[in-house]
Amino acid sequence: MSSALPAVQDYSQLALDLLARAKQRGATEADVMVVDGHNLSVQVRLSAVDRLTKAREKRLGLRVFFGKRSASTSTSDFSKSSLDQLVADTCALAQAVVEDPISGLPAAYATDRPDLDLYDATELGTDEHIALAKRAEAAALSADPRVSNSEGADFNSSDGHVLMANSHGFVGDYRSSSFSMSVSPVATDPSTGGMQRDSWYAIQRAYARLESPESVGKEAARRTLRRLGARKVPTCKAPVIFDQEMAGSLMGNLCGAVSGHALYKGASFLIGQLGSKIAPETVTVYDDGRMPRGFGSRPFDGDGLPTRKTPVVKRGILKNYLLDTYSGRKLGMASTGNASRSVGESPSVGPTNFYLAPGGSAPEEIIRSVKRGLYVTELIGFGINMVTGDYSRGAAGFWIENGELAYPVEEITIAGNLKRMLLDIEMIGSDLEFRGRIASPTVKIAEMTIAGH
Amino acid sequence: MSIQSDTKLASTALTQFGLTEQEVQHTLGVVKVRDVDYADLYFESCLSESVSMEEGIVKRAVKSVSQGAGVRATAGEKTGFAYSDELTRRDLEIAASTARYIAQSPKGERPVAVTHCAKPTRDLYPAETPISEVATKDRVELLNLIDAEARRYDPRIKNVMASFNTEYKIVMVATTDGRMVGDVQPLSRLQVTCIAEENGNRQMGTWGGGGRMAFSYYHEQERYKHYAREAARQAILNLSAVDAPAGVMPVVLGGGWPGILLHEAIGHGLEADFNRRKTSAFSSLLGKRVAADACTIVDDGTLPFRRGSLNMDDEGTPTSRTVLIKRGILRGYITDTLNARLMGIPLTGNGRRESFQSIPLPRMTNTFMLAGESDPQDIIRSVKHGLYAVSFGGGQVDITNGKFVFSASEAYLIENGQITKPVKGATLIGSGPEVLTKVSMVGHDLKLDEGIGTCGKDGQSVPVGVGLPTIRIDEITVGGTRG
Repeated sequence: MSSALPAVQDYSQLALDLLARAKQRGATEADVMVVDGHNLSVQVRLSAVDRLTKAREKRLGLRVFFGKRSASTSTSDFSKSSLDQLVADTCALAQAVVEDPISGLPAAYATDRPDLDLYDATELGTDEHIALAKRAEAAALSADPRVSNSEGADFNSSDGHVLMANSHGFVGDYRSSSFSMSVSPVATDPSTGGMQRDSWYAIQRAYARLESPESVGKEAARRTLRRLGARKVPTCKAPVIFDQEMAGSLMGNLCGAVSGHALYKGASFLIGQLGSKIAPETVTVYDDGRMPRGFGSRPFDGDGLPTRKTPVVKRGILKNYLLDTYSGRKLGMASTGNASRSVGESPSVGPTNFYLAPGGSAPEEIIRSVKRGLYVTELIGFGINMVTGDYSRGAAGFWIENGELAYPVEEITIAGNLKRMLLDIEMIGSDLEFRGRIASPTVKIAEMTIAGH
Repeated sequence: MSIQSDTKLASTALTQFGLTEQEVQHTLGVVKVRDVDYADLYFESCLSESVSMEEGIVKRAVKSVSQGAGVRATAGEKTGFAYSDELTRRDLEIAASTARYIAQSPKGERPVAVTHCAKPTRDLYPAETPISEVATKDRVELLNLIDAEARRYDPRIKNVMASFNTEYKIVMVATTDGRMVGDVQPLSRLQVTCIAEENGNRQMGTWGGGGRMAFSYYHEQERYKHYAREAARQAILNLSAVDAPAGVMPVVLGGGWPGILLHEAIGHGLEADFNRRKTSAFSSLLGKRVAADACTIVDDGTLPFRRGSLNMDDEGTPTSRTVLIKRGILRGYITDTLNARLMGIPLTGNGRRESFQSIPLPRMTNTFMLAGESDPQDIIRSVKHGLYAVSFGGGQVDITNGKFVFSASEAYLIENGQITKPVKGATLIGSGPEVLTKVSMVGHDLKLDEGIGTCGKDGQSVPVGVGLPTIRIDEITVGGTRG
């Protein structure tokens, strides 16, 4: 297991000391989270180094309970005097807030320690970072003469170590790493002088699994070039296909709506829908906290509970909400191990690896099924009302004529309501790939309103 | 703006960070090798506190302390950057050695003398009691008052979520040109969200405000009540909202926060980094018409107590008022030291960073359009069929093609010159270099927003302000559902 690796500083004694000191001050329960890590990030632009950032950081968070009152604090200063102050401040703060009858640590905690293969010890030097970023950018710049400029390419590596301990005796830790690169070329339309930018990226827990810089650069150039000459389309209602990345953002919206915190606050369009049909039978959605090498995988959650695989939607029926201890108690249900926590905050709910299970259609087949409609490759803005599900966002992509991508489009919006959009999922691609915690194959929605000229 | 020598302030800041002047000079010496043009150290100590309430209970109280230093070296277009949350001589030395990596020069390590200790000559945010010294119980009490006020507004208000966040930041910048300057930057924000419910129809309303003022601001003129009532009013109003229209139409924007239009459509595209790299839709438009004659737009970081204001930016440059567009003609860019130097254009004091962990970038402060001459009522009356939008959620822009969006959270139909039904939120989309050429009327009612804006760029968030008089845009695409 990862904590056996020697390079990690052991903060468990520090954490246990803090728990003991909180108890001495009268705290009835407490937990501590310590996060530390390194990162190295290099950005090159037009083949020269543009920016180089290197750092090591660490942070400690303390949460205490005085009966049903609680408070959280955090600091980056681990000196004894600072931590003494932290314990005193946290205890004082907790006694200043109001009692919340259901607050408190969970009764149980994770006892197993699965190896989720989240850490790769590969160390790349600064020069290697620079070389990799340069290769990725060069591949984009040389792909086509219309690739005229660049917002740069970057290569990043980071590693992190998370330790949690609580006053019920839980102590757990895990290490993780990440290697990523991205390229953002700019292309100019030779006839109009109009510019377009797009980007592509790759990310992996293990360096050896990362795609080649050349393939990332080429894909970035392809995505940028295909946008040249984009225009508006007339306002209409039509089928809309979301590509992998954009369908992922749709799953992100679903994920927000099944979050226990949104539900108990009355801030979700899926309130009271548990057990109901919210999508067609072809739709099955999971949240899997223990997917090997997953970007959202972890052995335990922000409450110290074991993570697991939760069916969220099964054959169109909403089966489970995503819950942490607190929202679970609020809704009278058990936690699903989805407590997500940044150091020094009380837990909220977050996805682990949240995805729409793949369907049977190749993406090309989905495009072919549309006589006139939109293929969306980019969405901008925040026009989503999670309380009502109302959805209206800026979009760019391609107009489909007779089953083929006819021309690029931009400066349009797509609008609908998420409740309706989920029910209107007509086809699901076979192309599920993970490049983050939330992923989806290509998705076709039967009809949305497109506003253009 | 002149800077006066103030060694007392500098020594106070040094004490705060547990540093000596020798350590600062030594670190500058380590980073300032032959091929480094310029380097700076940014020391920051930030105390953040947050209390929040929901379901009538102040459940959450959070306090966090963060302290550290960022070391930056620039050589030509290259920037090397490292940061450390430890401020020992050894940690600073490691950070400085990392930052200078971009300039492959032999070691220098001769200390750089700091000869000019200063603080900004003005204080845009004086306070008798620092915001960090407001007792938790007073913060809790404020939220309780808000909860009561919002629920009193209408029995259909079913939940009230409110939060009060404060930040107290002490910063010090030391540069290889021998300057050392410090500032203390308070910031607070009060945010209210209400959920209204009627016959299974649930709607949300949000309001808030803040800035760099003292805590008493929220009680003066009963501002907290205003925030609570506005959030409640908006939630209730949305219960009767009809579907928004879709397509191109005239849009009237109300004063204040709708100024987010300027931030997205114009502001980002005028940040110097994108223009130096020639990746902005505005890159070749300096001196050209990008707006109607009635439009003059400024970025002004010098307005007292505003959320986007600063005595000095995060590179130690005093903030200023920069004219971006004058009577429709593009006049200037927003700059930081690196881009001003490389482009040979004026330094505007807009080098900002989220924290010691991030590098400075050219960023906006308070961006607004100056008042025009039209009566706001006449502007509305001038529209036969269109949209009147008075409150917005967020916005976003693609710098390179200039397409921007911003999403209305409170809007109404205009029919035959009259404001009629409220409509559901809709996103507006347009093209930055074009949208302001379609502004045909500018009201005399310039308003600045109430102090809630946060701008994101390259993963860094900084507080900003916007402002706008009532304006008429002859045509823009409205992304509703009613085609």
